[in-house]
Amino acid sequence: MSSTLGSREIIETFQEVPANLRLELLLEYSEALPQLPARYADHPELLERVEECQSPVYLFVELDVDGQVNVFLTAPDEAPTTKGFASLLHKCLDGEPANTVLAFDESFVDDLGITDLVSPLRIRGLHGMLARIKRQVKEKML
Amino acid sequence: MPYPIESNPEFASYAHPEALVSTQWVQDNLGQPGLVIVECDEDILLYSTGHISGAVKIDWHTELNHPDNRDYIDGKAMAALLSSKGISRDDTIVLYGDKSNWWATYAMWVFKLFGHEDIRIMNGGRAKWVAESRELTKEAPQRTTTNYPVIQRDDSSIRAFKDDVIAHFGKPMIDVRSLPEYTGEKLHMPDYPNEGASRGGHIPSARSVPWGKAVNEDQTFKTAEELNQIYRVDAGISDASDVIAYCRIGERSSHTWFVLSYLLGIPKVRNYDGSWTEWGSSVRVPIAKGEEPGPVPVSF
Repeated sequence: MSSTLGSREIIETFQEVPANLRLELLLEYSEALPQLPARYADHPELLERVEECQSPVYLFVELDVDGQVNVFLTAPDEAPTTKGFASLLHKCLDGEPANTVLAFDESFVDDLGITDLVSPLRIRGLHGMLARIKRQVKEKML
Repeated sequence: MPYPIESNPEFASYAHPEALVSTQWVQDNLGQPGLVIVECDEDILLYSTGHISGAVKIDWHTELNHPDNRDYIDGKAMAALLSSKGISRDDTIVLYGDKSNWWATYAMWVFKLFGHEDIRIMNGGRAKWVAESRELTKEAPQRTTTNYPVIQRDDSSIRAFKDDVIAHFGKPMIDVRSLPEYTGEKLHMPDYPNEGASRGGHIPSARSVPWGKAVNEDQTFKTAEELNQIYRVDAGISDASDVIAYCRIGERSSHTWFVLSYLLGIPKVRNYDGSWTEWGSSVRVPIAKGEEPGPVPVSF
């Protein structure tokens, strides 16, 4: 299963608005990405750089004792598209069980109806974020 | 009649000072007829977060690229695009954008394929405008639709294709990507998603001059003297050179194309927009790895 409550909500929201307003919606998501908590904001060395994004995007994944994943992402305000994607992933994955995160795939992006509007590079950045999130989850499950 | 050029002693030593304007000049000339401010960013949402008053947006991805083919739009589509933006053939276009004007210079290069005469770059781009706390607005620009003529795109003078690159071996070529991309190491990180080409490295004999060498920390261009050192002295490019620049998809190399053509005045500079995403995935083309340019391929 490759969807979560968050991803289903996002898809519904995007599909409800006409195509020409979907980018504005992504902008709204970018503004809604939560700030990093102080334990990461003050320790950037703990964060992993997402090299696939041309902008400086960093992330960290926590796995609690119950196997629940918490995702922390940061992206610059000067890169609202990338920040929007980071925010979408956060909404999709934060608080989900590890196995759900590992099974999640980026095909949800296809259902947002924005792939023609956003460059392949941005989409690849999203793939990069997701791959790195999964890799960190796997490392922490060992 | 062309719009008056900025008289700025800082630009005087560049070969074509008329191709640059300062943020202050833009501020002083906002809203003037005959002058159109155009924002072109890598991040397609950035304009919507706020832009220079009256500036129109050009989306490099959905508006300049052909929707299906890996190519640019044709003369008819360009005429429709610029007309819809309220730009006339004799307007002065001032371009600015994010990322040290990568995409601004890219848009300029595409507009130049259609021979638009008067295009200037705002030195320092969007970041400098923002750093100087100048005003941004979310208010949509009000421009009247124009009737931009249909101009046939001319790919012969400033654009290079793969075959041109092959025919060019032995003449100067500049790879403007970062060093790890140039050496080829960037495709080899285990467990990480792949880059957009199937092989890593660079076109043999191309010199590595990352585009960022041409800009200062505030994203303005370096002085003519500094640029001269980087390109003429260190990279050995002379006015007689026929130069090809490339990067990954042709955007960073547009930046270098602008620097070489307009700031240093090198007469023949072409941008290979196929760049590494084409070369690094092409069958049987030679590839060099590591920090050395490598020899000019002989049997090719």
